[in-house]
Amino acid sequence: MSVVESNSDFQPTVLAFCCHWCTYSGADLAGLNRMNYPANIRLLRVPCSGRVNPQYVLTAFNKGCDGVLVCGCHPGDCHYVSGNYFAKRRMMAFKRLLEYTGLEPERFQIRWISGSEAGKFRDVVTQVCEEIRALGPLKHSASFEAFAEQGALGTVNALTPANKAEEVVEND
Amino acid sequence: MSRIGVFVCHCGSNIAGTIDVEQLAQAAREFPHVVHTDDYKYICSDTGQQSIKDAIAEHKLDRIVIASCSPRMHELTFRKMLESTDVNPYMLEVANIREQCSWVHKDKDVGTKKAIDLVKMAAAKVDHDAPLFTTAIPINKRALVIGGGIAGMQAALDIADAGYPVTLVEKEPSLGGKMVMLDKTFPTLDCSACICTPKMADVGSHPLITIKTLSEVEQITGYVGNFEVTIREKAKYVDYDSCTGCGLCETKCPSKVTSEFNQGLGLRKAIYTPFAQAVPNKPTIDAAHCRKLLEGKCGVCEKVCAVNAIRFDDVDTTSTETYGAIILAFGYQLINWQELYGEYGGGLYQDVIHGLQFERLLNASGPTEGHIQRPSDGAEPKTLAIIKCVGSRDPHKGRSYCSRACCMYAAKHAHQYLDKVDGAKCFIFYMDVRCAGKGYDEFYMNTQHDGATYLRGRVSKIYEENGKLVCLGEDTLSGSQVRVDADMVVLETAMVPADDANRIGSMLGVTRDKDLWLSEAHPKLRPVETNSGGIYLAGTCQGPKDIPDTVAQASAAAMKVAILFNKDELESNAMIAQSNSSLCNSCGACEAICPYQAITLEEITRRENSVMVTRKVSKVNPSLCQGCGACTVACRPGAMDLKGFSDEQIMREVDALCQW
Repeated sequence: MSVVESNSDFQPTVLAFCCHWCTYSGADLAGLNRMNYPANIRLLRVPCSGRVNPQYVLTAFNKGCDGVLVCGCHPGDCHYVSGNYFAKRRMMAFKRLLEYTGLEPERFQIRWISGSEAGKFRDVVTQVCEEIRALGPLKHSASFEAFAEQGALGTVNALTPANKAEEVVEND
Repeated sequence: MSRIGVFVCHCGSNIAGTIDVEQLAQAAREFPHVVHTDDYKYICSDTGQQSIKDAIAEHKLDRIVIASCSPRMHELTFRKMLESTDVNPYMLEVANIREQCSWVHKDKDVGTKKAIDLVKMAAAKVDHDAPLFTTAIPINKRALVIGGGIAGMQAALDIADAGYPVTLVEKEPSLGGKMVMLDKTFPTLDCSACICTPKMADVGSHPLITIKTLSEVEQITGYVGNFEVTIREKAKYVDYDSCTGCGLCETKCPSKVTSEFNQGLGLRKAIYTPFAQAVPNKPTIDAAHCRKLLEGKCGVCEKVCAVNAIRFDDVDTTSTETYGAIILAFGYQLINWQELYGEYGGGLYQDVIHGLQFERLLNASGPTEGHIQRPSDGAEPKTLAIIKCVGSRDPHKGRSYCSRACCMYAAKHAHQYLDKVDGAKCFIFYMDVRCAGKGYDEFYMNTQHDGATYLRGRVSKIYEENGKLVCLGEDTLSGSQVRVDADMVVLETAMVPADDANRIGSMLGVTRDKDLWLSEAHPKLRPVETNSGGIYLAGTCQGPKDIPDTVAQASAAAMKVAILFNKDELESNAMIAQSNSSLCNSCGACEAICPYQAITLEEITRRENSVMVTRKVSKVNPSLCQGCGACTVACRPGAMDLKGFSDEQIMREVDALCQW
């Protein structure tokens, strides 16, 4: 708790990549219902969570974001049939790699929020923002910086699996 | 140098109430390449849109940021507005400062600060917007209907009546499907053949419908408006042009075979028409049972044929044609209960039959001429047991879903049986009675009044004892065990997808659900479309249905085809993937990941370092690409990008956000 209190004034920058069809419309619904959540979140609209390149995440961290959220439709509900399965597979592998370089797990999260789940959107954003607020500003470790440097050259693309969606284990 | 105009909407007090719009407009003026900012009470109004058009002309703007409600609300409105200006409609970004800012953050300072960020991100993105254009896809105005049951016939008739040519492909020798095998239809007890065969005749005589029986679709390539379809027409060994359908060959043929149309309860000849009203009403030779084709002997049909229509040297023919739309209507089959239900004898007892076999026994043109007789000895059964949900709603042995039509089907069987046999007793084992439909529940009630005994419970075992089929089950309402000594048992078996569902589904990229039924694009709002453009579903290939629902869906699918054909060309999506062939290393990762089969590797030859090089590069088909962007991330050399959401644009947005 002491960590939370010491950072209570800290205003993190949290970037959320949201798919147009589910999470972005869920966020619109949250607005329509006048729900309140921390203003630290910034939504970046993409057509599908499968459009999110790990490189964007790396750039966001490298340039000063304190947290990144990747959101899409629930598994099985993708507007583009299988994009969220690709996203899930890519992002889960990438998350492990980031954690290996020293990033706290809370700073990079992958969540599925549907167009009707305004409440879930609010809860997720609130939770993620508060977790990152408690962690304080992102301090880059030497290994992360070295990794991000390489990532900027495009090596992260090599992580991307080209496998078909059928091979992905289906669980949320 | 780009010239960006930023327009901030007050949305009455919806935005202006919690965001300082003047401060926002002022801050936006400082962003790179922004040459004009303005705020307006309602930008989406006609006067608001006119003010943007005026500003474009006055300040020579070439790209626009509108800070207002969600782009899901008015992005299209503003794009339409830009069509009448010099600015390309895709040189527009909408910053969502209402749903995601003014409505969710109460503090004006915090809200304004976030709104400035959102506009900054939009301005950074719009700076890298490129003009985008849609392309016109020509539409081949011919439809293909796969499956000649009631769904396929209805769809073909409706499309043809709308004035477009249709090819109807049926794998059996005649149209009609399952419906024409039924004796009567619930709840009106219309004679099924009497309402089905006129439709078959209409299809057969329609000038715009080409029927291909004994045919199967071998290969389908292409996309909406332009499908290339290869159809294999199997050898019929009869020349349909000269055959008059007199039927003499059929009476003289010495080979007798069990009849598929009569569900194995009757016999047909090796040269046969499946039933009297078949369309086309001309015979086919069953090569697997014809003595001439098997042993080279006989040939009596050839001898008796007055018009010399028999062709023992006939072979399969394949043809490839182009179609603009495809309707899938290949229906269902019944679950193989004999394999799954050993407790019901697994096919050991001749008098345990399934519902479709009972239909043939009831039918006046069936193997018993409508007299209900046991298959084993021809005796009239005095006690009938009907077991529902055989394979349906049974996740352990059969399928987890409800087959929808069997409750009414069982009630109709009971009614017809009690009507035809004097002093008969009928017991129906059920789990639930589901009779949702016009006049359905009334029909069920009438069946009970007719004297059918409904027992709520499943049958655990059927065995033979003293010439009777003993059904052991339970009655869960009285909590007791039940034993019915029946003369005959009818199993109302589950509908399962036809064998073709998987093959054709994967050929067309139409997804299948867990039970292998074809999936519609949206279960509520797009029930006849599939995720693949130009491919529609009709009838039970999508899931179990009764006849009225099947016909309704078939007409709906036909309407969708008519809507498509009413246009001369389709407008493609402008925001699609594009490949940079000079970066592409032909790895094929994009081709593998694309859920729409929109990417192909194509060979190109060009000069590289003063040498002519031939290699494969990825190519995006603009008619198929839906713009999801999965390929862009899969592309290792970074050759693939998504127009409207390019790598550059997203990176600039991230940069802009991080500069605060």
